[in-house]
This record gives sequence, structure tokens and C-alpha cells, in this order.
Amino acid sequence: MKNRLKVLRAERDWTQADLAAALDVSRQTVNAIEKGKFDPSLPLAFKVGRLFELAIEEIFEYE
Amino acid sequence: MKQNELHQPSMAARTKRNTLRLMTWTILWVISVALLSLGPQLIWNFDMVMTTVAIICNLALGYKLILVNKDYLSGLDELQRWIQLNAMGISLGVGLVVGIFYEVLEDIKVITFEPQISHLIIIMALVYIVSIFFGNRKYS
Repeated sequence: MKNRLKVLRAERDWTQADLAAALDVSRQTVNAIEKGKFDPSLPLAFKVGRLFELAIEEIFEYE
Repeated sequence: MKQNELHQPSMAARTKRNTLRLMTWTILWVISVALLSLGPQLIWNFDMVMTTVAIICNLALGYKLILVNKDYLSGLDELQRWIQLNAMGISLGVGLVVGIFYEVLEDIKVITFEPQISHLIIIMALVYIVSIFFGNRKYS
């Protein structure tokens, strides 16, 4: 899955650690999702969507 | 982002706390295993009351260790759980395959000594550690 997490985070001037704290995951997980190495679960994807006030499909794109 | 969202107890702090708990109970359990293994012969001369107390302590600490380990896994995030799951799956698989293989080697007289469960545990522990290392490296 491709995602816009890094762009959205940069637009808000958040670090990976900030985003990890907001999502209650490790920085390693944020990094792995941003790099497309790990696909988040549906609950975590919803959490990301809620945090950025966007629909899941506006952040994640299935390849 | 709201400030209070940024200052919740962090994932790292929670994992650190759970890791310390796991380490503490593991050490206590290992001590109870050592006491149960060596105590009857070296300390209390096979006194049944003392041996019974050592058995109960060992089982109780083992039970607590299982619960603490379960809490540790529950406290991880989904990527960390995925890494743990892979490592445990590989360790279990290697344990089964190598364990049976090791036993068969003795049955067919390829090795002359009796297989020890401790050898299998050492192999499984090493495989688990290596799997965790490579799992973390893969997703770093």
C-alpha cells in the first residue's frame, strides 16, 4: 500500500515521534508505514484518518 | 495536534516498563528453577517439606511469568507484535524440527550421548534472539 503519511506529517511540521505518540505506536512503526514496509491494521488506519481529519482512502492507496 | 495528545505515556515508556517487569519475573523464575534443581541435594538434603515449597514457588513464579509475558506482548504495537509473532513462529518451528531430529539421531546411533532438553531450549532461545534482531532490522 502506498500512503501520504510522510507528506501529511511534514505539512503539520510533526516529527515521527510526535505522530507515534499521537497514534500510541512506536516510532519504528510510523517509519515502517511511511516507507511502505508495513501496512497498518484497519483500526490504526482509522486512527490515522481521524488524526488528520481525512478519509482512509485519502491517505492510503491500495497498489 | 493537541498538546495533551503529545504528552501521553509514550509507547517507549510503556514497553520499557513492561520489559523491566518481564526481566524481573524471568530472573525470579530462573532463581526458583535453580533452587528446585540444586536445593534438594546441596541445601536441604532432600527434605520433602522444603522440596514441596520449592516446587510450589517454581510453579507460582512460572505462572506469573506467563501472565507478565502476555502483558508484555499486549503492550506492544502491531508492528512489534508482528515481529514477535514471526520470531516465535520460527523458534517454535526450529524447536520442533531440530528436537525431533536430535531425538532420532540418538535412536539411530548417530550420536552416542542422550539428547538434553537444555540443548533444545538454548537453540530455540538463540533462534528467537536472531529472529527478533533481523525482524527489527527489516522494519527499521
